[in-house]
Amino acid sequence: MIGGGLLVVTLRNIIHSAIAMMVCFGSLAGMYALLGAPIVAAAQVLIYLGAISVLILFAIMLTQAGDANLPSPFHRQAVLGALAALVVVGLIGWAVVQTDWGNASVVIALGIASLAKALFTDYALPFEILSLLLLAAIIGAIYLARRPEDDEKANG
Amino acid sequence: MGLQGYLLVSAILFGIGMFGFLARRNAILMLISIELMLNAVNLSLVAFNAYHYNGPNNAGAIFALLVMAVAAAEATVGLALVIAIIRTRQTPEVDEYSDLKE
Repeated sequence: MIGGGLLVVTLRNIIHSAIAMMVCFGSLAGMYALLGAPIVAAAQVLIYLGAISVLILFAIMLTQAGDANLPSPFHRQAVLGALAALVVVGLIGWAVVQTDWGNASVVIALGIASLAKALFTDYALPFEILSLLLLAAIIGAIYLARRPEDDEKANG
Repeated sequence: MGLQGYLLVSAILFGIGMFGFLARRNAILMLISIELMLNAVNLSLVAFNAYHYNGPNNAGAIFALLVMAVAAAEATVGLALVIAIIRTRQTPEVDEYSDLKE
């Protein structure tokens, strides 16, 4: 999975990066299943592998007119960026290794019935707000991605 | 692999996403890197939920599901913005978007 993630940021051809991203997301779904959360794994497959990957591939193929290979895909601040990322990973890793996690050795499987009950009682408000957010995102995306000439055609 | 392993994988994935966001020049790849970072945080949420289950209602898994939905909304609007800007500027390179500087 980490290999897939590394390929995402290092491959030169952006379509190859997107396919590496799908590999990475798929193995993440496997990790969710290992963690006893099959519903999250299913959502991962549906949302990321099904929706977001296809969306990104469409965006790439819509925008990549011809051969857009660059001399270097990296920004000139790539070294600084790598340094910053390494520092962050080092700090988080150090904190994780230093912390005593107690007897955290048992994976507790997730009950789908209790999850659904919690989602529609205790977390009903976030759930509804999320539906509003998705509606706003759909409208915003349609408005932003529309071509101006479509508008003129629609108005006669 | 215990909780530590999952958290380390999550940290490394977050670092990869951060590097991709900082270092790549393609706007779409920067969005992909943001998705990687969101996934890393999701992994740590689910791992904490699986190993430290103290409440009655699986808060970690629910947060992970909510984060996924927000990520989908973010990807939709972000890609629409990127497509619109590529259509006007004819390039996906973020270095070329420097009008405000000049």
